[in-house]
Amino acid sequence: MYNRKIRGPLIEGNKTLGQITEEIINPLDVRPGLWWTIAFGIASAAALFGGYAIYITVNKGIGTWGVNNSVAWGWEIVNFVWWIGIGHAGTAFSIFLLILRQRWRTSINRAAEAMTVFAVISAALFPALHMGRIWLAFYIFPYPNTRGPLWVNFNSPLFWDFTAITAYLLISVSFWYLGMLPDLATIRDKTASRLRKTLYGFFSLGWTGSSRHWIRYESLSFILGGIAAVLVVSVHSIVATDFAVGIEPGWHTTIFPPFFVVGAIFSGFAMVMTLMVLIRRIYKLTDYITDNHMDAIARILVFISLIMGTAYLTEIFIAWYSGNQYEMFTFFRNRITGDYTIQFWGMIVCNALIPQLFWFRKMRRNWKWLLFVSLSINVGMWLERYNIVVTSLSKDFLPSNWVSYTPTIIDIGVFAGTLGLFGVGVLLFMRYIPMLAISELKGVVHIGNKTED
Amino acid sequence: MKTDRKNPKESENLARGENENTSESNNNRLLDLFEVDFVRQGTSRRDFLKVLGFSFASAAVLASCKRPVLKALPYIIQPPELTPGQALYYASSYYDGHEYSGILVKTRDGRPIKIEGNALCSFNKEGTTARVQASVLSLYDDARLKSPTEDNLPVSWEIIDKKITSELTRINSTGGEIVLLTSSILSPSTAKLINEFGARFKNFKWVQYDAISYSAVLEANSICFGRQVIPDYHFRNTSVVVSINADFLGTWVSPVHFIPDYISRRKPDNEEKDMLLHIHFESGMSLTGANADIRKKIKPSEEKILLIDLYNKIAEKTGGEIFPGVPYREDLSELAGNLIESKGKAIVLSGTNNVDIQIIVNGINLLLGSYTECIDLNNSLNIASGIDSNMENLVNELNNGTVNALIMYNVNPVYDYPDSNKFLAGIKKTELTINMTVSLNETVGRCKYECPVHHYLELWDDSEIIPGQLSLSQPCINPIFDTRSFQDSLLKWTGKSTPYHNYLISNWEKTYYPHSAFSDFRKFWNESLGNGIFSYKVPERNSFNFNKEGLNKVMKSSSNVLSNGYEIIISESVSLGTGLHANNPWLMELPDPISRQCWENVAAVSLTDAKKLGLQMGSLVKIADGLILPAFIQPGQTEGTISVSLGYGHTNSGPVCKNIGVNMYPFVRISERNKMYGFSIDKPDNTLKRKQLALTQEHYSMEGRPIVRETVLSKYKKDPSSGNEFHKEFESTHKTLYPDVKYDGFRWGLSIDLNSCVGCNSCVIACQAENNIPVVGKNEVIRRRIMHWIKIDRYYSDNPDNPLVYFQPLVCQHCDNAPCENVCPVSATNHSSEGLNQMTYNRCVGTKYCINNCPYKVRRFNWYRYTNNKAFDFNTASDLGKMVLNPDVTVRERGVVEKCSLCVQRIQEKKLQAKLENRRLKDYEIKTACMQACPSGAIVFGNLNDRNSKVSRLFTDPRKYALLEELHTLPSVGYLTKIRNDEKLNT
Repeated sequence: MYNRKIRGPLIEGNKTLGQITEEIINPLDVRPGLWWTIAFGIASAAALFGGYAIYITVNKGIGTWGVNNSVAWGWEIVNFVWWIGIGHAGTAFSIFLLILRQRWRTSINRAAEAMTVFAVISAALFPALHMGRIWLAFYIFPYPNTRGPLWVNFNSPLFWDFTAITAYLLISVSFWYLGMLPDLATIRDKTASRLRKTLYGFFSLGWTGSSRHWIRYESLSFILGGIAAVLVVSVHSIVATDFAVGIEPGWHTTIFPPFFVVGAIFSGFAMVMTLMVLIRRIYKLTDYITDNHMDAIARILVFISLIMGTAYLTEIFIAWYSGNQYEMFTFFRNRITGDYTIQFWGMIVCNALIPQLFWFRKMRRNWKWLLFVSLSINVGMWLERYNIVVTSLSKDFLPSNWVSYTPTIIDIGVFAGTLGLFGVGVLLFMRYIPMLAISELKGVVHIGNKTED
Repeated sequence: MKTDRKNPKESENLARGENENTSESNNNRLLDLFEVDFVRQGTSRRDFLKVLGFSFASAAVLASCKRPVLKALPYIIQPPELTPGQALYYASSYYDGHEYSGILVKTRDGRPIKIEGNALCSFNKEGTTARVQASVLSLYDDARLKSPTEDNLPVSWEIIDKKITSELTRINSTGGEIVLLTSSILSPSTAKLINEFGARFKNFKWVQYDAISYSAVLEANSICFGRQVIPDYHFRNTSVVVSINADFLGTWVSPVHFIPDYISRRKPDNEEKDMLLHIHFESGMSLTGANADIRKKIKPSEEKILLIDLYNKIAEKTGGEIFPGVPYREDLSELAGNLIESKGKAIVLSGTNNVDIQIIVNGINLLLGSYTECIDLNNSLNIASGIDSNMENLVNELNNGTVNALIMYNVNPVYDYPDSNKFLAGIKKTELTINMTVSLNETVGRCKYECPVHHYLELWDDSEIIPGQLSLSQPCINPIFDTRSFQDSLLKWTGKSTPYHNYLISNWEKTYYPHSAFSDFRKFWNESLGNGIFSYKVPERNSFNFNKEGLNKVMKSSSNVLSNGYEIIISESVSLGTGLHANNPWLMELPDPISRQCWENVAAVSLTDAKKLGLQMGSLVKIADGLILPAFIQPGQTEGTISVSLGYGHTNSGPVCKNIGVNMYPFVRISERNKMYGFSIDKPDNTLKRKQLALTQEHYSMEGRPIVRETVLSKYKKDPSSGNEFHKEFESTHKTLYPDVKYDGFRWGLSIDLNSCVGCNSCVIACQAENNIPVVGKNEVIRRRIMHWIKIDRYYSDNPDNPLVYFQPLVCQHCDNAPCENVCPVSATNHSSEGLNQMTYNRCVGTKYCINNCPYKVRRFNWYRYTNNKAFDFNTASDLGKMVLNPDVTVRERGVVEKCSLCVQRIQEKKLQAKLENRRLKDYEIKTACMQACPSGAIVFGNLNDRNSKVSRLFTDPRKYALLEELHTLPSVGYLTKIRNDEKLNT
């Protein structure tokens, strides 16, 4: 089954079980390095800037953004879709690799899931902020009320969106948190600090590690995993329907749901790679997150990149093949050429061309290249969403309505704020939660090791 | 504290006759909850819910912001004619010294809130212009003068009257000259009063002065026909119109009067399928040029050559005298041929304020036999009577110190007299200066006495726009400020105690009552006042004689020098007019119909010149000293010319127009006794700086999309559906899986005839006034957030150097298959059982998804709070300005989407009225605001379920199509194709 000679051990360095616990819990016990404090400072500052931008938005109105009566969705929706996409990685990692019995996921899934949670929280901010009357946001809940009763519009993709994101957030948080229980209990048992003992004790929900606990834990993982697997596909398909249901040229396409899901996984994996490259270098976890892991992610990325490239070409082909002049205009004169060429070609280069570097083994095993490619994918995916949201709206059916769109400082602030929020979340995660799933790692420590042969 | 609570309760209970004790004990029990002891007692398990509820409630109360208490006071004595919630209409007239309309004033609870055209007034019928529509807002302008002042200090009317009377008497006793300077006076009673007032003085002079002058027309007619009048132009009787620099559909003389006449001959759906051929020569692009069949570019200096050549060409064929002249650069024989062919049915017009040009035009019209079928000197238009040289003489006299008293009414020479410094120097040399005006302007504060006058909605007056066609003005609200009408002031200073109201009535009794068929004056008066109008037949004057001397003189002396440099054309702005109403935020934010730009005046340059000078949109270009304007690249602008509009650049005014744009009046020159609205320079300088323009439309091409569909007359004659081929094609592809929606009762529809729409913008302001649409200011317009529910898109096609122009009013299309409706997550926008796409503001949370999914992009978002917000200090920020709001239409909150409702409040009102009267609704009974204001009748609203309604018939017209019908949105708004006249071109 597992050919050690070709693929090497999953965990290098012939670790004992005790060593694993020790090495992974260690960052929680020692004071973080200066880099952490600086990074935390920057992230907090960005988050505060975002907080200010949000305050201005809520206090003065969405008028403080760059959106207008033609391009009514701008950066905020771009960011929303982008974050939701990133938020796919964790669950996709855990679930798809779980289903595919890819056991190498154990080194990565915890961090990826954490990232998912912060990304989805960041994402969820945007649709709420984007409401003109955020104080009436509860109108979007379908609940029996005294206003008629007035129900929500079940036909609206935004309502589906709301449902899907809420469900996804709940499931990913549960999946992530419940998966952490054994590890939290380990910290509880190991730590000397009373405060930590109490806190970790509270959050470990009385985990004792009895076999009954383990059985329940395993079955819960499978149940949640099963639900989440559906959600990974559904969330971004539904986000895609926000556009696909619309009649705007460049939006109204049936390719969108699968295209969005693949794109989401693409950006999510890229973000996972960015974080992993950093974590394994900073925390010297190269024995756990091995070059083979990075190699595997890189292979997935190059594969998805091909799908993305095909999707872009398909969109353009269909625009031409449909004979629809509005579609033709959007693709050929507002994206490929026209005012938004930088965004379009940036997207093509970042998403379809640069990842092709991963055909080379050297690139897949060089952290600098990994970082470069993963970051450019993240940029490319942002540009892709920009292309979809802004270019279609800026020049649609009636030329009299054509406008150009530029974001304001508040738009930038809100985006910076979510980046900060994400950063703060990830940094706190690194500091207070075991970055790798200790218990699961222990389950795969033998795979590919000589002792097993 | 308890007794405090009890008192009202007691009386309430006594009134209801209830047992006091029971309710008292209940109250006490309830109040126990608030006792201090209760809190100290500690909470038991049973009280938990009580305490929880109380704390939540109090937290909620404390946390929620206090809402301001607004009080509405009821009438103590209800006026019998007033039903709360029902509008009252008063017939009145609008005249501001420049523009006239017979109007109806809609008042609600004693407040005028909307102006409609008076259908009984044959001058303008129901049509109104944007400025007339917006005039109601000027009533509630905080920049209005609020009390009389002496040396800029407030005084009472008694004191000011005493002082003025004694000074006038003193000046008169020494034989000093007293001059009354007014805008053109249309009112016969006022004119009579002025003459009476003047008769008391030994040395009195009355000068009428117009900021935008028609002096040349008046003088030319005086020279040629001995009548100092502006004739009426009967476009309905014409077959060919050749106009030169006369924007008679936009600004010249009286567009509201000309548009319906002109449009009646532009509709080829008559038996002969015949329409007027319109050829227009102009320098800058105007509404008239945009609507003409053929538009030719000329430089202002070429106009005379053109006219002389045209005269000669026509004279050649009709046997008139030929004068020597330089031939025009183009062959005009074809044009002359067209005109001669329609002899007796042709008009040649020029809008240039130059006597020579007007005399030649008169000569041409005489050759063409246009008098009096097409050009009517008898039923002349009294719209303006100022003679430029009179004002010039007055200013000279003022400077010579020969004038002792100057009384000004409704004029602003400091702003609009070309040499305002000379005028100012003049009034400093005058002993007594009195200024009477409505609002703060540049002249205010320059005189000793300010006697602010009423807004026109606060006063009594009459007007005689055409001899024998009278209309009355009546006050529709008590004077808001301590003002007094001009006429009342004159009466006071004449020493009469009668109010002008009585003077007016007695004048009518004496002068007009004998012309009526009524036996009782009271009845006559009531009837006239109710209708707002009265007309009688003025005895025809003798047929005119053409005095050829004037023409001979002009033709022989004509030597015209062509300039090689740039010629600047100063023209009236369609939105602001003379600039009198510049402080009106509605008008300030009204985009120019051609440039689609607002909040500023721009220098329109041609594409070629822009390239030559390296100008881009908004490049600041220096035209003359002190004249730096942002460039606007205008397709169709004549090369070597720059057009700039008047009305901007106020320095002492209300906040809206203060320091907005550049005042062009100082650049008007006085040459050959007439004001010349233009000058020439060698070359403008590009300052290499740029400014962002408040454009409401940036892209001018239709990109080959079938948005405005058009055809030419020759094709239309063969096939009325020509140009509309797509309609059939798209209709045939409409397939749906869903069953057709049935509309049982009404199904509202709107038809817009693109052939009738001249693009005058009247509907835009009518809609704004009707639907409480906020003004957002220049920065927000730049950010493309203008709120207008109806906008008139302007497209160009063909050659960008002289393009064909299209106007397309765009409103919510009320699609039966509306893309906006299914995407709203909270169902805030939905479809009514009568086919309306409705917006429920209360429910809207502002996701803006509907805006994105509307292919027409007619939905508007409230990006900020536009009411009670000092950041948007326009009419909705103050209590005074908010008086104009229509109580039938919700004022939208920040964060909600809004759009055209097809005036659902008007639909409901008329439906209810019909129901109360137990009858069916009549066609044309419900009129949307845009339809009612439209002078050309391009917009028709009605019930599509009624086969006989006008709108249904228009919907079955072969010219009808729906905008973007290929999207299968099934709009309830239909457009009719545009038709251009291509016939008679090759004769």
